[in-house]
Amino acid sequence: MIAALGLLVGIGLGLLLQPAVPLWLQPYLPIAVVAALDAVFGGLRALLDGIFDDKVFVVSFLSNVVIAALVVFLGDQLGVGSQLTTGIVVVLGIRIFANAAAIRRHLLKA
Amino acid sequence: MTHVPEEQKAVPVLTGRARLRSAMVPRANRRQLLAGVLCAVLGFGAVTQAQSRDEASVLQTARQSDLIQILDAQSQLAERLEDELADLQEARDAFSSDGDQQLLAIDQALQRREVLGVLAGTLPARGPGVSVTIADPDNVVTATRILGTIQELRNAGAEAIQVNDVRVVATTYFVDAEDGLVVDGTPVSAPYRIVAIGEASTLETAMGIPGGVVDTFATDGLRAAVAAEIEVVIDSLRVAEAPEYARPAADS
Repeated sequence: MIAALGLLVGIGLGLLLQPAVPLWLQPYLPIAVVAALDAVFGGLRALLDGIFDDKVFVVSFLSNVVIAALVVFLGDQLGVGSQLTTGIVVVLGIRIFANAAAIRRHLLKA
Repeated sequence: MTHVPEEQKAVPVLTGRARLRSAMVPRANRRQLLAGVLCAVLGFGAVTQAQSRDEASVLQTARQSDLIQILDAQSQLAERLEDELADLQEARDAFSSDGDQQLLAIDQALQRREVLGVLAGTLPARGPGVSVTIADPDNVVTATRILGTIQELRNAGAEAIQVNDVRVVATTYFVDAEDGLVVDGTPVSAPYRIVAIGEASTLETAMGIPGGVVDTFATDGLRAAVAAEIEVVIDSLRVAEAPEYARPAADS
């Protein structure tokens, strides 16, 4: 409940403040958002599985974001930043779909 | 990252829906608060990113072929604009050189106007020169005498001359009248004061030569006082009139 509220509050704040993305953050923010999305779906699935653990959620959320940003940063340094970004998005997308499938099975029994 | 540790997969007591329902009950414990904060961060970041994408140019997401097309159009546009720029610069250069020539012409015209203005009597003049004063209390001076004086001054190089208040120019005439003279239609009476600008010593000498102006007035019993001056002012003016019949003949 509070998580859903927090999501809404965050969206509202973003719309309200219209913050400018600092230049150094620009390559990492989209990938960080996707990584965080993956963590949230994973958390939701764990909740439905009855094994949700706040510590695991927090750690997975933060580590997801940090590792995704780190990999993109490394890719930028190696000159394959855009390819690595694509790769991360693909991997995280697959994971999101897998989690979504599990959630669907829980909620819709199908 | 996966939240499904193997050993906890067993014994699901509740169904998924029931767990979701129980999770939806607001409980302000640490677990829910943390999840809420992180979800807020996610929402904030997602919206920020989405909006920055809106602001970012479409070029970042455009396909390669589109980019090539856009680049092509841009370079064509740049070419056209450069052509236009070159044309306009040419026109500007032409205009500015025209303007320079016009300024030069105006400058020369102004100089000529000054020179001609002094000659034609439309401008006041000052400079070294002489003044010749003839008292003539008995009114015996004739126009011929004054004309002779003027001729003598001209011979000596006088550049501007005035008789009392009348500027002497090329068309100036002298006529005898009842009590004095008429110069260019203006009555002039004694005492006569003729002022001429030129080299003062030459003019003074020209007045004093034997059989010259001073001598001639002396035979009439008059005294012509000639004074060389460092600066005389000739301030009477004439209005220049356009010639009625004479037209400039083209240079052959």
